[in-house]
Amino acid sequence: MSTGNMNLTLKVWRQKNNKTKGALVDYQLSDISPDMSFLEMFDVLNEQLINKGEEPVVFDHDCREGICGMCSMFINGRPHGPKDLVTTCQLHMRSFKDGDTIVVEPWRAAAFPVVKDLTVDRSAFDRVIAAGGFISVNTGNAQDANNLPIPKMQADAAFEAAACIGCGACVATCKNASAMLFVSAKISQLALLPQGQPERYRRVQSMVAQMDAEGFGNCTNTGACEAECPKGISLENIARMNRDFASAKFISEETV
Amino acid sequence: MSGFGNAFSSSIGKKFIMGVTGLFLILFLIVHAGINSLIFLDDNGLKFNIGAHFMATNWIIRAGEYILFVGLLVHIFQALRLTIQNRKARPERYVVNNGNANSKWYSRSMGLLGTLLLIFLVIHLKDFWVVSRFTGIPTVDANGNEDLYAVMREKFQDPVRVVAYVLLMISLCYHLLHGFASAFQTMGWNHSKYNGIIKSVGVWYSIIISIIFALMPIAVYTGLIN
Repeated sequence: MSTGNMNLTLKVWRQKNNKTKGALVDYQLSDISPDMSFLEMFDVLNEQLINKGEEPVVFDHDCREGICGMCSMFINGRPHGPKDLVTTCQLHMRSFKDGDTIVVEPWRAAAFPVVKDLTVDRSAFDRVIAAGGFISVNTGNAQDANNLPIPKMQADAAFEAAACIGCGACVATCKNASAMLFVSAKISQLALLPQGQPERYRRVQSMVAQMDAEGFGNCTNTGACEAECPKGISLENIARMNRDFASAKFISEETV
Repeated sequence: MSGFGNAFSSSIGKKFIMGVTGLFLILFLIVHAGINSLIFLDDNGLKFNIGAHFMATNWIIRAGEYILFVGLLVHIFQALRLTIQNRKARPERYVVNNGNANSKWYSRSMGLLGTLLLIFLVIHLKDFWVVSRFTGIPTVDANGNEDLYAVMREKFQDPVRVVAYVLLMISLCYHLLHGFASAFQTMGWNHSKYNGIIKSVGVWYSIIISIIFALMPIAVYTGLIN
């Protein structure tokens, strides 16, 4: 299937499971097409490994369209590789040069234990969402969309926060493995809209408490998360979460 | 306290404490740099000694001194706690990590810069604060005030001390460059109408404060003022 002309050296993190130690293993790939996606290049590698009777590299992927948040991979020291605003599946081999050595590691965080090789368990994010990242609505017919007037700026900001696909690149790149960009995006997308108001202050407290319980680190505002986020989630969300948290703790009379 | 729950023990609460104490220390540096700048009047330290005398005797300032020490210790211990937690959050480090691609080195090195400042602080307190508060200043100036300026002149005859002070003011500058704007972000002050102001005030503040402090040992040592 590969008809290109790129020769690459891959250094891939191989780790049997969460209990054993992992290490980088070298692989040589030849005739890689520059039009391939990074994951397709991994498919070629795995085909070769299977043909040789070796264990293929385990990695997460699903839609391969840049919208599902499943793919990960820490490529040459950056989550989702060298390009801005793309996921690993949308990264193409033309972003590399013939003869390059590419180091691929899994996301590293205590809250994201390695399952195998490049796959980590990101269910900590699910538990943060389950703690409060929802709205409670009555059943029945949906109301007319224009019943709730929402200023355009507000709607846009909520939409931008909602673009978060929960891939975990923010945690992966943060020197503290902090999940604040993710959590703040999930809080903001609801805090900015009228439907999110009834549970706004309860939500921020519950989700922050769950985030802390999962063992993510603390934000030091380096801005690495924003720079590496494939969806361009802004640090404004973290500031909004901090404001809401302060309001919830010091102004709201409701305690959680 | 039940109503406040985990307000201060949560990750965001701890950050608030870092930010508030940081901003408090930033205000302190303005006062400190302001009073010390009196040496640049080049009046043999007379005005500076008046300022130092006021700072040492005024009861509001003395009370503020205790708050300052508490603030400083809280800032240091909170930083230590946060750093330990943050280390735990990533037990296995990356083999290759290209941090410069996404963030400034000094924003990732606040702990290192802060530790350097702590070492500086110990030396600095021993050089001046212990002398003025405890062991006593040996001489008085023409106004009859204790001559702290003379102590300063004597200390800054030592070239090693002068170089150390200047180098550590560079680490102060970088610590402030990140810390100033970071404190506002932590407290939720991220607003399109203010971000530019906060950023530029932060940069100018960091540079100017550090230059003022660094100029003191340089000016005394080179004899620009006497």
